[in-house]
Amino acid sequence: MTRVIVVTSGKGGVGKTTTSAAFATGLALQGYKTAVIDFDVGLRNLDLIMGCERRVVYDFVNVINKEATLNQALIRDKRIENLHILPASQTRDKEALTMEGVEAVINELKETFDYIVCDSPAGIEHGAYMAMYFADEAVVVTNPEISSVRDSDRILGLLASKTKRVVENRTPVKEYLLLTRYSPERVKNGEMLSVDDIQEILSIPLLGVIPESQSVLTASNQGIPVIINKNSRAGLAYSDCIGRFLGEEIEFRFIDVKKSGIFGKLFGGR
Amino acid sequence: MGLFDYFHANRKSADVAKERLSILIARDHFHRNQPSFLAALQNELLEVIKKYVDIDQDDVTVSLDREEDCEILELNIALPEKGRYKEV
Repeated sequence: MTRVIVVTSGKGGVGKTTTSAAFATGLALQGYKTAVIDFDVGLRNLDLIMGCERRVVYDFVNVINKEATLNQALIRDKRIENLHILPASQTRDKEALTMEGVEAVINELKETFDYIVCDSPAGIEHGAYMAMYFADEAVVVTNPEISSVRDSDRILGLLASKTKRVVENRTPVKEYLLLTRYSPERVKNGEMLSVDDIQEILSIPLLGVIPESQSVLTASNQGIPVIINKNSRAGLAYSDCIGRFLGEEIEFRFIDVKKSGIFGKLFGGR
Repeated sequence: MGLFDYFHANRKSADVAKERLSILIARDHFHRNQPSFLAALQNELLEVIKKYVDIDQDDVTVSLDREEDCEILELNIALPEKGRYKEV
């Protein structure tokens, strides 16, 4: 049965799109047919992170308005089999996403795909609401920084009250915490909230911790999801997240200060 | 050394952040769990009381607490010092 995953955060700039791209790519690499939808109408960016911006012809809103079929709008990833991208519209406003329209698209995707990843826009307005409404699972992307943690808490409140699963009295949306831009050194020096602090405050299961890493910017510069880079700590941490999401038990890494030595030098900062 | 430094010199900023967040989120949760009519009730009460007494928005607080099998509606009105009552 198809699972719908929303990647959300409340706050902007914490890594939702990077995470959506990594997540969808990771699931496809595991052999699951995966579609990733950009819900950020008016500010489309997922296509850039996925490196398919020049292949966008039709978008999500075109499909909702029946100006194009879903198959015309879906972009097949050139690198990875099973991975498809549905880009957002760059020109319209968020109100173009109607509840009925979004539901119809998701239902049609459910006929073909195993996973549907919804990349939410920032904020708690219509676009974010539409991205989370049909979700079965939610990945809440949080930075170890107070405003981000507070906004994540706000989003958790919405996930528990404003989603279809809640409205229909089904089991609530399964929530996971994903910490990004984590810096073990700064945590050790008492300059950054720790994984434990944040988990204690938000009290949802931890899916993963992505260390602050230069390779994230490199990946977005090149339009290659960072999870593909097996030399990157961030990429490896995202791979671990996919494993945990699929039920594997994987030990957390990159949350303690790295040991120096040849291994540390090889992987340091990448 | 300024006052800020004096109070914070020995505290790690992450600890300060955690303490601030815990208080903030507890407060957010409290407000989130209040029924939506409370804000309207508070405003209407304020309007009525304002007719007779010179008070500000902050002087009226309304909250609802839940205990095991009952709900307690708490109404707190801080009256001003003498001399600010209006002549009706």
